[in-house]
Amino acid sequence: MSVNAHRRAWYLRPLLLVAVMLVLLNGLPPLFGVRAAYLVTDKLIFLLLTMVIFFVAWLRTRPDQLGPWIEVFRNHRAMASAVVLLCYVAVGLLDSIHFREPLPAVDGKPVQYSVRETSLFDVLMTPFRTRTEKSYSAPMARYALSKEIRYLPDGTSRREYPRLRHAGIGVNDAHDLLIDIGWRTAWGMLAGIIVLMALVLPLLVAGARRSGMRVAGLWREIMAARTTLPWRTALMTALVLFVGIGILVSLGMNYHVLGTDKVGNDVFYLATKSIRTGLVIGTLTTLVMLPFAILLGIAAGYFRGWVDDVIQYLYTTLNSIPGVLLIAAAILSIQVYISNHQASFATASAQADLRLLALCVILGITSWTGLCRLLRGETLKLREHDYITAALSFGVRPFRILRQHVLPNVMHIVLIVIVLDFSGLVLAEAVLSYVGVGVDPSTVSWGNMINNARFEMGREPMVWWTLVAAFVFMFMLVLAANLFADAVRDAFDPRLRDGSR
Amino acid sequence: MFAYIIRRVLYAVPILIGVNVLTFALFFVVNSPDDMARMHLGTKHVKQEAIDKWKQARGYDKPLFYNPGARGLEKFTDTIFFDKSARLFAFDFGKADDGRSISYDIRQRMLPSLAIAIPVFVVGILVNITFALLLAFFRATYLDVWGVILCVILMSISSLFYIIGGQYLISKLMHLVPISGYDSGLSSVKFLILPVLIGIVSGIGSGTRWYRTIFLEEIGKDYVRTARAKGLSELAVLFRHVLRNALIPILTGAVVVIPLLFMGSLLTESFFGIPGLGSYTIDAIQNQDFAIVRAMVFLGSVLYILGLLLTDISYTIADPRIRLS
Repeated sequence: MSVNAHRRAWYLRPLLLVAVMLVLLNGLPPLFGVRAAYLVTDKLIFLLLTMVIFFVAWLRTRPDQLGPWIEVFRNHRAMASAVVLLCYVAVGLLDSIHFREPLPAVDGKPVQYSVRETSLFDVLMTPFRTRTEKSYSAPMARYALSKEIRYLPDGTSRREYPRLRHAGIGVNDAHDLLIDIGWRTAWGMLAGIIVLMALVLPLLVAGARRSGMRVAGLWREIMAARTTLPWRTALMTALVLFVGIGILVSLGMNYHVLGTDKVGNDVFYLATKSIRTGLVIGTLTTLVMLPFAILLGIAAGYFRGWVDDVIQYLYTTLNSIPGVLLIAAAILSIQVYISNHQASFATASAQADLRLLALCVILGITSWTGLCRLLRGETLKLREHDYITAALSFGVRPFRILRQHVLPNVMHIVLIVIVLDFSGLVLAEAVLSYVGVGVDPSTVSWGNMINNARFEMGREPMVWWTLVAAFVFMFMLVLAANLFADAVRDAFDPRLRDGSR
Repeated sequence: MFAYIIRRVLYAVPILIGVNVLTFALFFVVNSPDDMARMHLGTKHVKQEAIDKWKQARGYDKPLFYNPGARGLEKFTDTIFFDKSARLFAFDFGKADDGRSISYDIRQRMLPSLAIAIPVFVVGILVNITFALLLAFFRATYLDVWGVILCVILMSISSLFYIIGGQYLISKLMHLVPISGYDSGLSSVKFLILPVLIGIVSGIGSGTRWYRTIFLEEIGKDYVRTARAKGLSELAVLFRHVLRNALIPILTGAVVVIPLLFMGSLLTESFFGIPGLGSYTIDAIQNQDFAIVRAMVFLGSVLYILGLLLTDISYTIADPRIRLS
């Protein structure tokens, strides 16, 4: 009885959480005198977040569904990857809370707001965002990359490397530099550890209360790796990440840790700002394609006959068009549409945002076919099972059979394909941006960073840091996603391998 | 067999019509030819005459599907759809925006594309099979575990990095081959080595991992146990029995991409300045030359369908138990 009561109300807590989130997101900005201005992709991201929250809450009430997930997180690599992914997601979410800042007040007029959206992440990164230089500078450099003419007071001129405006303030020679870097590194490490402790301690206390242990006891269990899930691995990964971020940020306050690009923007800021774009493409695409793939795939497999023929025709046709070309064709069309309807967009970023969304939709349209085919095959197998025959003989309606008996039994395939596709989509963004059919050129993304930097390798002296930063940030995300996806696939269906796709 | 092939070819017709209608809708219905003209000529300060002239020069001034002004059958043939889309079925691709014949360019550029794609395809499969066999031989040891992790790492690296990194390392630091360019005949070899090498290396991760699972699945089968029970050495089992049987799924799986090799590789060709179909496509996309993009979409679809057909046929050749019906 009590279990049932618990089950009936499982959605109350996430509902409350989402409500609080909504109030905070829409109510908090006025407190600081800014105006909330969410882009379309922001809203979709929060829709997705809400779905994840509800899914996790539902999962907690269903011990029978929990098994494979425990299996996933028992994998050390998956646990470490999950921590990395969580950090990326946190940045992505912070970067999805957009608002417009008020412009300097003019007497007697109502407050005007900036035409550019700023995100919470931008505010946190203000020192990195605003400290721009004139042009290229190497990582940790104090001088610009190319010489400039400087006019001396005695009337002569000299060509020399100019000092950067915002790097190495108060550092005059190599000795100073070493000391400054040393202190900043130490402070960064310390700050990273402190922030991590502040995050972990409440969780530790909550965990101890739940398991009826003392905090110190739980800590010892974790450190001795005696817990069911490899929390020590998670903690160590987080430690490495936080210390790394701490050092980068601490050094970044007085240097450009990853250098600056052609127009003098801090590359570290650009590389982290790109995270949101990558995540949006990896996740919203899935959100777009899921309804098509699930509905059509199950329908084709269950009803067979002409329904199956039509759906098969549909996905063979879509599949036979080379993916890049279909995307290119669609993006070119969207571009024409945007350039002819410029008046209907409030800001430039709203316009760029529409293109990002369009890219997700198009990628979704080209990528639903794989999942659809898998679901069709699985449903074909499932419909021969006895419980379906039984349901049919009871006179259960087809829709109900699909929802109650078929859908739950193919969900593991859906899940596996979602996580497997994610990394591919992140990588695809870079390629598409290079081809010129990716995100809007004004959107910060790894693809655009690479695209803008493609001729810099040929410069003398060579400018390598933009490329390397974009590749490394992208690589970490994709690697974590791939390792996590492997664990998910192994846990949910060891038989479904790459070859069957 | 023959009847089956005929049937499959007939089945391809509605798919190609679908592709055709879809691309037509994307290019002409979503955006009217006026929109396209404005995009090419600039959005502001363009007179209607200039737009009309642009349209007339490219034959976009006709009605979309039905021309009431024409006589007889020309009511249907003197339209944009017939002119631009239906002609594709006869592989008549028309002219590009710069006036060059698309069919001629495609024929010219096919060879350089194949010069890269075929070595990458053949050597790539051999390399991947070798590595996969190695991992399968040492299965469930540390070598296998770390080999698979290495594969995942290789898979996680962007293909752009392989190209840029390879160009930097081999051409710029070591000065072994020219960075980019192309030449005709045998002298093109020095330009082709690097792109081929990069194409092979960038495919190792996913290829090796996939083939490894195929080998492992094969190793778990009964006939392998029988072979071991006969006293065959593990190497003999692997090469004489497992490899042979695993080649069936590997080769039939690879057949589908063979026709698509003609399309070339978009990235490699544009980075290395090779005048193949891949760079042709990329240039067309970047110059927004819709005629070329439409032609390449159609060509790609035809080749894909051909690939599916070849896959089915290769199944019957590789495994006589499979009957085509």
